Amino acid sequence: MYNLENFGKNPRLTESILATLEDQMNRSARWLPKLKHKVRLYLPLIKSLQTFLLLATGLAGYMSARCPIFHLPTLLGLSGSLFLAISGSTVLNMWWDRDIDAKMGRTQKRPLPSGELSSQETFRLGLVLSVIGLGWSALLSPLYALVVFAGWFFDVVVYTIWLKRRTCWSIVWGGIAGGMPILAGRVLGVGSIDLIGILLTLSVLFWIPTHILTFAMRFYSDYQHAGVPTFPSCYGFPVTRATIAASSVLAAFAIGTASILIGVQWGFLRLLVVLSSGLLLLAIGSLIRPNERVNFGLFKYASLYMLASMILLSIQ
Amino acid sequence: MKVSALDRWLFLATAVIASYQIAIGIEGLGEVPILAYTIGFGALLVAGLLILILGFEVLQSPIVVVVATIIPLSLACGMVWEYLAPWRVWYVSAATLGFIAVGVTRFARLSRRVAILILALVHGMAGLTIFLLPLSMVATQRAGLGFGLVSLGGALIGGMGLLLSFLRMGAPILNQEKLLKAFPLLFLVITVTYVLGFNWR
Repeated sequence: MYNLENFGKNPRLTESILATLEDQMNRSARWLPKLKHKVRLYLPLIKSLQTFLLLATGLAGYMSARCPIFHLPTLLGLSGSLFLAISGSTVLNMWWDRDIDAKMGRTQKRPLPSGELSSQETFRLGLVLSVIGLGWSALLSPLYALVVFAGWFFDVVVYTIWLKRRTCWSIVWGGIAGGMPILAGRVLGVGSIDLIGILLTLSVLFWIPTHILTFAMRFYSDYQHAGVPTFPSCYGFPVTRATIAASSVLAAFAIGTASILIGVQWGFLRLLVVLSSGLLLLAIGSLIRPNERVNFGLFKYASLYMLASMILLSIQ
Repeated sequence: MKVSALDRWLFLATAVIASYQIAIGIEGLGEVPILAYTIGFGALLVAGLLILILGFEVLQSPIVVVVATIIPLSLACGMVWEYLAPWRVWYVSAATLGFIAVGVTRFARLSRRVAILILALVHGMAGLTIFLLPLSMVATQRAGLGFGLVSLGGALIGGMGLLLSFLRMGAPILNQEKLLKAFPLLFLVITVTYVLGFNWR
């Protein structure tokens, strides 16, 4: 190491120190943009909006049993493990579907099909995130870990690898996988699988079709081109719209019943009824006067409704 | 006309404020006022969210005339039930009949003149109630000064409801572009005056 007491006195030494510092700063300057670039590439792989919405359901499931929350370590563990497990399964889903994504206009600019990331790197990332997420969940509680693993398994193995390219009914399994985070949160809160947990799971399960089927209609030709069977291609648009409307109403019914059983305050229940009536109005509208604007509106409203319901369950 | 980013924030703020009122702002009242205010603020909330999501095109829907009537009518019914006990049954009956009449004339496609007349009558009744009742309660010291804000909101929503309804019925008083430009801010101001008025009475 340099003797800094001589800094400034010995010109050669000073020059050497300054050169070393400059070199280290240059290295840091190169390292930071690299990291930023990686984060920019990795973020689309985890579908941040969808992941955070599912994470919000997990937190709501936990808080529905333990509100108000004071046990910060458990809450952090739940957030971290769920975020990593959901992100891991989403990355693996992207990895497996890279050939489909490359054929669809909506997805072909994603980092993997566009060639910005290699399939090996994506696979490794998905695996690492999954292992850390599932491992962390096992440290919190065995039953909680089992539910988180079930969600991961249904999403990656049953939905993505096994059924997505074979049947349009794969969305049921996608829905079950999507319902696992809220059940996991509830399980971590109460220590068992109860009726409220199942109702909360059903609410997410019925919400998922509004998401998947709306996209299946909006990007119909993309899915046709990629050879992925969807509800609109198997049963037509009217049946798909009716399915979306029915599943939205069922989702509202499930979350309403769960809220009553949880004992949500009367004021919040009133608010939930009002929001549900808006959902019902849009669902009826999409059946009576079907058009893309109303269908997409129903999808957006259903997402907003789900988020609002989760916030209400969390702060009740 | 497209909904701008600022408009979206204004509609979202309206929805959040209306949600607050529904969830915690009307506790401790009787069942009928709570129901009436829930419907009124609920219509404000859902309308705000639907315009936020679907855009101003949703205002072209025939249901807008009905929704624009629900808001002042339900709020007026709630206030009459609270403050004018002898008039409760009469007022709520008249409001219900008026609401049905607006719906029938709108969807049954009867004479436009009759539809406009009924709409003006129902809006006028509800608007005058929301405007005058809080003022008289403040004047007679049966409510705090803040309740006067409801009158201001009443005047604004009465005017806006009429402008929207006449626009929808093809007899515009103010042209569509000007009305839509002012709409998001006006909608928020109306909701804020109601919420403050009901909480500061």
